[in-house]
Amino acid sequence: MADDLFKLNVDGQDIEVPKSYTLMQACEEAGAEIPRFCYHERLSVAGNCRMCLVQWVGAPKPIASCAQTVGEMRMNPDGTPPNIITRGDYVEKARKGVMEFLLINHPLDCPICDQGGECDLQDQAVAYGRAGSRYELNKRAVEDKNMGPLVKTIMTRCIQCTRCVRFAAEVAGVEEIGMISRGENAEITTYLEESLTSELSGNVIDLCPVGALTSKPYAFNARPWELRKTESIDVMDAMGAGIRVDAKGDAVMRILPVLNEEVNEEWLSDKSRFIWDGLQRQRLDKPYIREGGKLRAATWGEAFEATKAALAKPAEKIGVVAGDLIEVEQAKAALDLFRALGVQNTDCRPGGASYGADGVRERYILNPTLMGAEEADALLLIGVNPRVEAAVWNARIRKAWLWNDLTVGVIGEASDLTYDYTHLGEGPDVLNSLSSSDEAFVEALRNAERPMIVIGEGALSRGDGAAVLAKAHDFALEVGAVTEDWAGFGVLHSAAGRVGALDVGFVPGEGGADTAGILGGDMETVVLLGADEADLSGLEASTVIYIGHHGDAGAAKADIILPCAAYTEMVATYVNTEGRVQMTRRAVQPKGEAREGWAIFRALSDVLGKALPYDTAEALRDVLRGEEGSVFSGLGYAPGASGAEALKAAIEQDGEVSSAPFGSTIDDFYLTNPVARASKTMAECSRQQRALETPIAAE
Amino acid sequence: MAVRRFDIDAGGDTFAFKPETEPKIEFWLAKYPADKKRSGVIPLLWLAQKDNDGWLSEPAMREVADRLEMPYIRVYEVATFYTMFRLQPVGRYHVQLCGTTPCMLRGANDLKEVCESKIGPKMFVTDDGKLSWEEVECLGACVNAPMVQINDDYFEDLTEESFGELIDRLRNGADVSPGPQVDRVNSAPIGGTTVLTDETLFDGSLAKSITLPNLPGALAAAEAEPEAKALPEKKPATNTDREEAKPSGKTGSKNKEADE
Repeated sequence: MADDLFKLNVDGQDIEVPKSYTLMQACEEAGAEIPRFCYHERLSVAGNCRMCLVQWVGAPKPIASCAQTVGEMRMNPDGTPPNIITRGDYVEKARKGVMEFLLINHPLDCPICDQGGECDLQDQAVAYGRAGSRYELNKRAVEDKNMGPLVKTIMTRCIQCTRCVRFAAEVAGVEEIGMISRGENAEITTYLEESLTSELSGNVIDLCPVGALTSKPYAFNARPWELRKTESIDVMDAMGAGIRVDAKGDAVMRILPVLNEEVNEEWLSDKSRFIWDGLQRQRLDKPYIREGGKLRAATWGEAFEATKAALAKPAEKIGVVAGDLIEVEQAKAALDLFRALGVQNTDCRPGGASYGADGVRERYILNPTLMGAEEADALLLIGVNPRVEAAVWNARIRKAWLWNDLTVGVIGEASDLTYDYTHLGEGPDVLNSLSSSDEAFVEALRNAERPMIVIGEGALSRGDGAAVLAKAHDFALEVGAVTEDWAGFGVLHSAAGRVGALDVGFVPGEGGADTAGILGGDMETVVLLGADEADLSGLEASTVIYIGHHGDAGAAKADIILPCAAYTEMVATYVNTEGRVQMTRRAVQPKGEAREGWAIFRALSDVLGKALPYDTAEALRDVLRGEEGSVFSGLGYAPGASGAEALKAAIEQDGEVSSAPFGSTIDDFYLTNPVARASKTMAECSRQQRALETPIAAE
Repeated sequence: MAVRRFDIDAGGDTFAFKPETEPKIEFWLAKYPADKKRSGVIPLLWLAQKDNDGWLSEPAMREVADRLEMPYIRVYEVATFYTMFRLQPVGRYHVQLCGTTPCMLRGANDLKEVCESKIGPKMFVTDDGKLSWEEVECLGACVNAPMVQINDDYFEDLTEESFGELIDRLRNGADVSPGPQVDRVNSAPIGGTTVLTDETLFDGSLAKSITLPNLPGALAAAEAEPEAKALPEKKPATNTDREEAKPSGKTGSKNKEADE
């Protein structure tokens, strides 16, 4: 081990670091702070901003510490470890020189710049900038470029750090940004100013150390110091990425990613990041009752009375469907209430999937974990398109493919995933022949130390979903994906609320109908808990009670609307696709008279005379946590390989799989839920993407 | 150097390499491994520029990118980085005028005025499509300054008059001869050589047989009648001769090793 370590003396302090470290990492290890613009720990090293200069005693020039590998340094002539000095006149003079050059062409428009207050250049100019300019010639001006509806560009501010170029090429996997021309004329642009086509394009805004790339929807909306910052959890996909919700007054002004190494690293998908304007539009802010074919605003009392009347039907004629964004508390309270009413027709799988019915948690979560993609050596994706279903995870797969030689195989739609894969087939019939396949990828999967098989909503939300799941599971066992310390089989969900709802048992009870049965038209009363993604056309004759926060498909069908809070407006529990229990925090108040979902059911339970045994959200969560072996007892933890034991048994499931190809459950990445459909930004993104996908004048 | 952008309008929608260029493309691509094709980007851009009347249009650049399986932006970066890739149309005769110090001292600025009066502003293409000009950095012919490059040929030792005449001849389709435009061979002195003019230096008449004094029998050789008075018949060794000699030497040494 000692061979891999290197001794250094940083600012008089002896340290020992791995040889693979850069000098910058070594200096930080020693507690020194190194300014930088171009260097980013998740991107390749460019070494072009020169801000990280340090002094290597004996070297003729200052050293760019980000580009110097420690293992390549040599000892002092007397054999002692190299001496590095990170402060003092020499280093300061060098960095001041660099800063002066950077500022030569940088405009002094900080007062009108959206980056102002959180700008690396601004901050570092305080430490290394000159008070005045010695440059007497004209400053350079650069034309602003189009990068699409999300990224606003003010290219005169650009300092050519190329972080955005490297991000697009390395992480996002779309080589669309580049630096053209050279020297003083160098410019960052997309090819002929086309819009970025990545789902992760918003991250270049965070990466940009200056105000050259800023958020277009957020432009001129707020200043960083006037925003209330609340760390929370994203619900736009089932990953549960860490986010920071910045709010001003009662409005969410922007959403930024928060570092969560195990889930989203430090990236965030465009949908999660730019959804916030949807939280202000189309909101259900008071209860509504349909009278004479028209919805009219009502009081909670009226709405509850109407609800009571609607629920005074035989229990087998009442059905409840939970939607994609449902939080655990609401699911629990709703389930407790309806079970108390004797209702067995409950389902949280509006897509029509059949997982979770047997109550074995390992069969519906992503056991190998999101991070597991980096440990796996072969990955088989069945009916799942991670690029749209979990965009940030797709970047992680790409990272593993790029650096760990992960091989990927796909059964399902052959779409551009930003990495190479073996396309094994379109539909589930491929699963039958996989065992005997001599395809190189299947061979790799068999020989893999940690094979990973991920099945998605597209393969499960269909008639033969249960059989597909069983077959995939069988194949996973066959290739040895389940061992003592590796559970290499799992489901990638696309809805944030699904796993949590399944965890509280929101599936049909004894003899209860599932989604298809509930929405088929046989029910007299149907309760939709934010279920907008299902086919609601069979509900014409039923009384529909809609509990949700956006006026969308469900609300349009509803006879009674009970408004609830959205994910930025409540403290709520969500379980991500890995089975990781996480909590959102309240960034703003619920709109108007809207209440938290669980509280609506608590109040309703009083009206119905079936009072639920908890009066506060905390008491409800105590009930959740109190159950024996409850999955809710630990926060922020993914079970991962501990599920291996439960996965070892094959799923008992008869039935044949059809040969119909797997389709995606998401036809538009930008419009997957009611919040997104209410967002102007998402609508614009969707419009742009559709324009790209539509072939121009097919001849 | 100004901001360089594609002239999208002039570029049209399509570009195809000429059939006779294909072997050249093969030649260049053969130099790189199949998975590192993109190393051939500069030669291919160069060929595309040749096939596109001396400038690189946007479709031409895309064609190169498609052939090399490169993202367009990566090729775009290369094409805009190197100023020898011209991103807007040029005349049939594109004059690259050297304006670097030696040429400038020898009158490049006067040539510039000729260009401006006879052709127009920089990168302007004359109405007949025959001429355009730009200023470039040193073309490495300082000894013949001032000079210009027109398409693939150097025209050197120019004066205002001779350059003006040159441009007129090009415009009228008359023949022009590349090289120095004064009485001079390549970079030899103007008006002919002034030193080493003695013919006998070159006809071999001064050649003598040399004796190495300390060889055995040197004395006898010195006394012997010289056999040759002129150069030997044998031609001097050429590069190919030397190269051909190599392999035999190699096999020889190999055999030696084997013997040992």
